[in-house]
Order: sequence, then structure tokens, then C-alpha cells
Amino acid sequence: MTRASEGMAGKSPRRVSIDLKTLGPAIALLLLCIIGFLLNPAFISEGNLTNLLTRSAFIGIIAVGATFVITAGGIDLSVGSMAAAIAGVMIIVMDNAVETLGSGVPTVLLGCGVAIILGIGAGWVNGALTTKGKIEAFIVTLGTMGIYRSLVTYFADGGTLSLNFEVRGTYRPVYYDSFLGLPFPVWVFIAVAICGWLLLNRTAFGRYCTAIGSNEAVAKYSAINVDRVKTLTYIIQGLCVSFATIIYVPRLGSASASTGVLWELEAIAAVIIGGTVLKGGYGRIGGTILGALILTTIGNILNFTDMISNYLNGTMQGLIIIVAVFLQRSDWKLGKSKKS
Amino acid sequence: MFMKKTLGAMALTGALAFAGSAVAQDTIKIGVSYPTPTHAWAAGMNWHAEQAEKRLEKLYPDVDLILVNSPDPGAQASALEDLVSVHQIDALVVLPFESEPLTDPVLNVKKSGAWITVVDRGLSQPGIEDLYVAGNNPELGRVSAQYMKTRLKDGDNIVILRGIPTVIDNERFDAFMAEIEGSGINVLDHKHANWNRDDGFEVMQDFLSRFPDIDAVWAQDDDIAIGVVAALKQAGRDGDGMFVVGGAGMKETIKSIMDGDTLIPVDVLYPPAMIATAMDATVAAFKSNGPVAGRYILGATLITPENAANYYFPESPF
Repeated sequence: MTRASEGMAGKSPRRVSIDLKTLGPAIALLLLCIIGFLLNPAFISEGNLTNLLTRSAFIGIIAVGATFVITAGGIDLSVGSMAAAIAGVMIIVMDNAVETLGSGVPTVLLGCGVAIILGIGAGWVNGALTTKGKIEAFIVTLGTMGIYRSLVTYFADGGTLSLNFEVRGTYRPVYYDSFLGLPFPVWVFIAVAICGWLLLNRTAFGRYCTAIGSNEAVAKYSAINVDRVKTLTYIIQGLCVSFATIIYVPRLGSASASTGVLWELEAIAAVIIGGTVLKGGYGRIGGTILGALILTTIGNILNFTDMISNYLNGTMQGLIIIVAVFLQRSDWKLGKSKKS
Repeated sequence: MFMKKTLGAMALTGALAFAGSAVAQDTIKIGVSYPTPTHAWAAGMNWHAEQAEKRLEKLYPDVDLILVNSPDPGAQASALEDLVSVHQIDALVVLPFESEPLTDPVLNVKKSGAWITVVDRGLSQPGIEDLYVAGNNPELGRVSAQYMKTRLKDGDNIVILRGIPTVIDNERFDAFMAEIEGSGINVLDHKHANWNRDDGFEVMQDFLSRFPDIDAVWAQDDDIAIGVVAALKQAGRDGDGMFVVGGAGMKETIKSIMDGDTLIPVDVLYPPAMIATAMDATVAAFKSNGPVAGRYILGATLITPENAANYYFPESPF
């Protein structure tokens, strides 16, 4: 009975529902922007839009990685802590390299190299423990979340790690400078998004992710190396965290136990708002990017008005996230409401 | 089984009590309990507690200070029990994780006959502690507002970045607003920046986009102030006499005040070193001929280039 109705809903209204799925997040973002403009015309000033895009870059880049993990049926809760730990180690390495390499570009490149290696390594650990260790991804990454978070607290001796002042001068432009009117973090975001889209939609690897996410057993019998593909999704996630950290560190030049708190949930929210299915099997990079923009815009709009009590910020964020997902899932209204 | 265990425990406690009383004649044992440092302010507190321990034990060879930190209220309650049963402390200096769950455990320590010093966060029941040492949150807000009034005139605009929504934040904010009222200084808006650099940066960016004319910022906290300064510099609005007032007494901030920074010209003290004050006073309760019991509320000192050197501890993590 249930199966029959699922088949019906899945088949007949497909064309309409896919359009809505694609457009849902875009409509939500547009609505938010209109609300922002009505509240305060300064919302669409060039400065504010640049701030918005730059700010979205952190969560956006991480969320592109999360799209792969979630599409393949996994989850990664460790990304926020991982970003904090990578930022901490980067700062320690660069501070120690000042004496030998000086405070110029080589030191910064060394820091970035370390970040990338750590990101790949941390991703591999999550992936290997999930696949070879046969532990649920939720538990593995819950564990590594705690480990990375306490590591950064330990490195910082409970306090804050600060980047050497001269190195900051060299590194600062990576966050604050622009190319063709767009700040560098936005360019990194665009590049990561394009690579992610190509990888998910135009390669065999992307199709494997989707296949594993929709039915892991079938994927295994179809001669897909499930463990390898799943581990790779976590490595991609780790690499994305590295990129995000590389553009995060020059912003304030510091890392502490409060760095990247709750980024994992924001990244997952961005992915789901964008139309990717939480239980896997269907992923959309374009949607994820819109999701990240929506999340940042909500925070931005709340700072632009004093109509809503500060204490209710969380309520507004929650409501808008739910409405955005509702818009995008609203195909149930257009489907035949035949209940068997 | 149970009997056996209880008997064993009793025997053990008895033996320890004997050992304890033998030593207790010439050693004053003081337990110091506080939360495990997970943020910069608490790390500073940990450092100052360790410094005070070294200094006091050198000064008084018969004083033994036992520092214990705990990751959560439950662990802190157990730590207090251990301080009584294992160490037989004569006095306790405690910075409670949370007031409510630690009131009873501290009361039990009190019943063992120990002197009780409570630091920073009060217990939920009055009259337990012999000595209360704390910073002054309303005073922090008031002193900040008084400084604003000396620098700004009628019709000038300020924005406020608040901490995490808590009683501490409300006390600071309400006192600030009460003091600023009637001065003609406009508070354009106030948002929570959660005592966090990243949030300070983003909230300030949005304030800058929203308000074309801001004359000063009350950031309430040194971490928030760092984010605020980065946002001001990014927008190129750090000139024209713009200034930011933070709070707490972070060493980097105090250093830049010493160096004559104009963007953060002053700081308002809410020092992690208050744990050391509490330890000193507790030792004094045993050593001094003057009375010590009572309430010791620290001033929220305004740190200026003139007095900054007194509050600068380059070795501390905060």
C-alpha cells in the first residue's frame, strides 16, 4: 500500500517538483534579500554585500565538502573542531618558522601546506574509522569533534593562539584584499564550488557517491569500491576545511577554543536547505551554496534591525531555516494527495 | 559486600584522619577549586592561582595550597569531597562552576569545620561563606559609561556589543545604560557578540554598514574589542577620534594601552587574578592579626597609560 503511493507521488509530479526543488532555496534567498532591503536600504550597499559573500565563504566551502559526505550517506560532525585545530597548528607552525624562514611568503606557504596535509589526514582518519573500523559516522565524528576541540584548547593552554605580528602583515591580504572587485575568500569559494559541482555531476566518482547514498548494498554488488569512495568523501571534506581555515586565519590572526563552534551544524543546515537529502542518495552543490548564503544573510539581517529582541535571534534563524526547507520540499502539495 | 566496602572506606578514612591530624598541627591545608580553563580568562585565572600558590608557600612554609580544577559541576562536587576526606583541608577557596549545584557540596565542606572563601560566583544560599571575593559587574558598566561621557558630547553616537545573554551581561549593560542616560549620547543599537572575536568582527561590520556615523564603541570585553578593531580597520573608519572600550584586562590590550594606542585608549578591569586575591585573604585569615571575614568586592579600575604597568603580566596566558 505504502509502496504504491510512494511510486505515484514519485512519478507523476516529477517535472514540477524538480523545478521547485531547484528554485526553492533561490526564492528563499531572494525573499530574505527583499526583507533586508525593506528593513534598511543599506543592506544592498556594496560594502554589505561584499561582507556577506566573504562571510559565507567559510561555511560555504565547508558545506561543499559536507555535500559529498551527506550524499554518500555519511555525516561529519567534526568540521568545526577540525577547523579550530588546523588553525591552531597553522599558527604554531608559522610562529615557529619565523626564525628560520622569516616573516615573508615562504612562512605563509608553509602554514597553508601544513593546513592542507592536516585536513587530508583528519578526513582520512574519519573515513577509515567509518569504513574499515565499521563504526557509525555519527559516533566517529562525534569522537573526533571532541578530540580536535580539546587539542586546540590544549595547544592554546586554555587561552588564545595569536599569529606573529609581521606574518599577519604578509598574510592579511588573503582575507582583506580583492581581485576584480571581489575579495579573495569569495574567489576561493567560487573555485571550490565549481570543482565540487564538476566532481559531483560530471564524474564517475560523483555518481558513485549518489549510488552509495541511495543503496550501499546495491552499490557494493555493482562493483563499486564503497569503502574507498566513502573514505574519499571524508578526505574531500577535510580538504575543504583546510581551504576554509586558510582564509579564516588571516582575518583575526588567532585561534582559540571558541573558534569554529557550531560550524558543523551550520554546514549541515546549508547542505539540507540546499536540497540535498540528509539520508543520502541525492546531492546538490548549487543548492548548498544558496543554503550557505541564506544562513549568513539571516544573521546579517538580524544585525540590521532592532525590531526583534536579541534574545529571539535563535528563534528567527530556526524559523527561516524550517521555512526554507519547507519551500523546497513543498512538492507534496502538488503531488496527488491520494492517501491509500 | 556493601558492609565490607563501607567498613573498608571507614577504616581508610580513619587512617587518613589520623595521618591528617598528625600533620595538621603544623600545616595549614587550603584547597583551591575552580573550573578547568577552557577559555582565555579562565586560563589566566589558572596561571594566577599557580603563581599565588608558589609565592604563598614560599612565604609561609607551614601553608600547603592544593589546586584542583574540574571540567563540570559534578566533578567539582566530587573534588570538594576529596579535599575534605583525603586532604583534611582547613580552608577552601572555591570558584563555583554554577551556583545552584555546588551550594550543598560547599555547605558540606563548611560542616567539616573548614573556612570557606567563595570567588566570583556566589552560592544560592547566603551565609555559607566566611569570605566572598568578586569583581564588580555593574561597576564595570558604570566606569565604562563614565569614561564615554568624558570623551563624548551631546548628540554623539555609540554602539554596544554585548556578551553572552547571562546575568553578568545584564548587570554590566543595565549599569552602563543607567549611567549614560541623560548625557545626550545616543546608543544606536546593542547586539550580542558572545565575548568572542569572530562575532565581534561580524556584528561590528554590520553596525558599520548600517550606521554611517558612529563616534565610539563599547565592546564590554577585550576579545570582542579585537574583532571590532579589525572591522573598523577593514572599513577604514578607525580614524577621526573613534575609540573602543573593552573590559577584563587581557595582556595584549594592556600592552597596547601602555604603548599609547588611541583606538583602544583604556580598559576596565575584571581581573582573572581575583583568585590570587582570594588565596591571599584566606591565608591572611590564618596568619594576620586583623579580621578577614566579610565581602571583598574589587573595584572595576579604569586602566590608563599611567597605571597600565601595574596590571601587565606578560607571562600569563591572558
